[in-house]
Amino acid sequence: MTRPALTDDRRGIVANPPGRGSPPAAPTARRRKTKGLLTITLFMLPALVLFCLLVLAPILLASYTSFFKWNGLGGLPTQFIGLDNYTRLLEDPVFKGDLGRGLFLLVMSLLIQLPLSLGLAMLLNQRMRGRAFYRLLFFAPYVLSEVITGVLFTMILSPDGGLANQILDAIGLGSLQSTWLAEPSTVMYSIFIVMTWKYFGFHMILYLAGRQSIPKELTEAAAIDGAGSWKQFRYVTLPLLGPTIRISVFLSIIGTIQLFDLVWVLTSGGPIHSSETMAITMFQFGFKRTQIGYASAISVAMFLISLVFALGYQRFVMRRDTEGAITTMRDQR
Amino acid sequence: MVLLAASALFMAGCGGGGGDTGAAPASSSDAKVTVEWWNISTTEPLKSFWVKKVKEYQAAHPNVTIKNVPIENEAFKAKIATVTQSGKTPDLFTTWGGGVLKQQVDAGLVKDLSSEAATWLADFTPAALSAYQFDSKTYAVPHDIGMVGFWYNKKLFNKAGITEPPATWTAFIDAVKKLKGSGTTPIALAGKEKWPGHYYWAYLAMRIAGLPALQQAAVDDDFNKPEFIQAGVKLKELADLQPFQKGFLGAGYGSTDGQAAQVSNGKAAMELMGQWAPTVQKDSGKGLGEDLGFFPFPAVEGGKGNIGDAFGGGGGYAVGVNAPPAAVDFLKFISSAEQHRQEVETGAVLPVLKGEESVVKDPNLSIVANQLAAATGFQLYLDQAYPPAVGQEVNDSVAALIAGQKTPEQVADSITQVAKSE
Repeated sequence: MTRPALTDDRRGIVANPPGRGSPPAAPTARRRKTKGLLTITLFMLPALVLFCLLVLAPILLASYTSFFKWNGLGGLPTQFIGLDNYTRLLEDPVFKGDLGRGLFLLVMSLLIQLPLSLGLAMLLNQRMRGRAFYRLLFFAPYVLSEVITGVLFTMILSPDGGLANQILDAIGLGSLQSTWLAEPSTVMYSIFIVMTWKYFGFHMILYLAGRQSIPKELTEAAAIDGAGSWKQFRYVTLPLLGPTIRISVFLSIIGTIQLFDLVWVLTSGGPIHSSETMAITMFQFGFKRTQIGYASAISVAMFLISLVFALGYQRFVMRRDTEGAITTMRDQR
Repeated sequence: MVLLAASALFMAGCGGGGGDTGAAPASSSDAKVTVEWWNISTTEPLKSFWVKKVKEYQAAHPNVTIKNVPIENEAFKAKIATVTQSGKTPDLFTTWGGGVLKQQVDAGLVKDLSSEAATWLADFTPAALSAYQFDSKTYAVPHDIGMVGFWYNKKLFNKAGITEPPATWTAFIDAVKKLKGSGTTPIALAGKEKWPGHYYWAYLAMRIAGLPALQQAAVDDDFNKPEFIQAGVKLKELADLQPFQKGFLGAGYGSTDGQAAQVSNGKAAMELMGQWAPTVQKDSGKGLGEDLGFFPFPAVEGGKGNIGDAFGGGGGYAVGVNAPPAAVDFLKFISSAEQHRQEVETGAVLPVLKGEESVVKDPNLSIVANQLAAATGFQLYLDQAYPPAVGQEVNDSVAALIAGQKTPEQVADSITQVAKSE
């Protein structure tokens, strides 16, 4: 006798979490639910329509045109070629090179750029004279547009009369002078340096914010237990910075996959494709060669790489960070 | 229910992206007509010149409104590509002819002017018209034309002991060696922008294989002929002398340390460039003034081409297929001998009508205008003449050849492959 009552009770709770405590009244609940949906729909609609028009529709359209050989003219594409654009993509040495170069930038960012930002953030967290000034100074490059950064560095890295070579000359390292952006062997390093200059401030601010949310008591407690500053960093600060580091790595990788403006201004992907990125290859084929079908295939490939990475990263790496948010939502529901 | 309504709206929202209705304005002779005219004259003197001309035309034709829309060069290319993809064009718009115009013609977007404008098209020089003609039909009216040649520093040539500009390839190679020996960078080249490099291969192909061979290649998609490979061999011979400035692979064209600035500041002795070179040199550096000279691309011994064959391009206006008759009438007005003469006098364009050469005042441009008037043949820039993909492959492959990463055979082969796949 008790069992059915119990299940009934449970069902009631599951169905009407907001009506907890009061006797279950189905019609009222349904009305309230409908009302809730109506409100949600109403408020979501403008954003939904925009998202649909500006995000979903172009993605679907690009996926569609990627199955055609199409120069972009004359209404809709007609010459269906199935997966030919994709097989061509996988055989294209430039596109394969793009993947390799993307990976290079990614690894360099993770190994050099992010640790550098982290180190600076820890330094600038210390009490020191002019701390705010340094923070501002390091963050300033991020505020500049990518195009301005690009133009600035084409001047700095210019083969004759460029600042980089003049400095090398002045400090007696004239033999290290190079034509930085004109040499297939150095161009990627040059681009990485410019990227680092531009973005380390952004990651630094992220880390700084993360560091400041860690209560002082924790490091103090560790210090009382006899931990030196390295051990405090290693066993207290770093683990607690985890969520910030994970989001910063995520942003860095997504940014690298979509890299365009900076490289376009610096080298236009040259010399001889040696600094080309996926986005530049897409631009070349879409707007210079008017092979819209093939360019669409590249853009779909870029989208898929980003999507798979983003989902995988959220699922496996950021699970603990997002779990809180999701369980909270479940609770409220 | 609400969900259903919402999803219906959702679908409607999505559907809205595809169906765009932009009907061309209906036109009859008396009714008010608007002609939308996209051009790239965003800078003086042409910018205000066109404003004046539009006013003059509208005063004579009160029922016609000319909507003059000047758009910056690169923005124009992007914008025209977008509208043509949706199957529309402005009534009147700038075109450079060649492969891009051909694609628009094939898509049925451009009006055939051959019969309608037959009487006044006859006044233009064949060289000026050639970029806009396919299958002996004319699809645009030229307003400007120019050609590519060597712009050189007379002082640096003298210093290297070169008494007269080289007229043959052997003499040219010899001059490059002499210049190098005198401690001057012989040639400035913008390797970052690939189009300046393609001029060398194109001119060599013209001189060795001849103009008919380049036109034939556009039809049979075969660039593997021995003459084209020979053009690559000659270019490699030049590149092997390392005649270009330090770091040329990363150099831009008009930037402060680019190709034009190298010549303008007396660091490099010459550049192979179009008629706009003196202007860009002045803008990006000190300018050479009296020391600047021009000589045509040298002839290659034993080649089929003539040293009088010119390579270059210009600009003109095409008419959209749905444009009102007033669009053609306005085009006729601005293209008349009297009006175009005034346009040439502004110094912004070069003669396209027969017998107009004497109007050009600038001494450098006057040389170009006379060369063009006496041209034995004319070839449009290859990256304009061929479909865009083929043109870009020419630029790409030639850049790789100059950088030593492709052989002449590989260049011919990759261009052929792309041409065949188009």
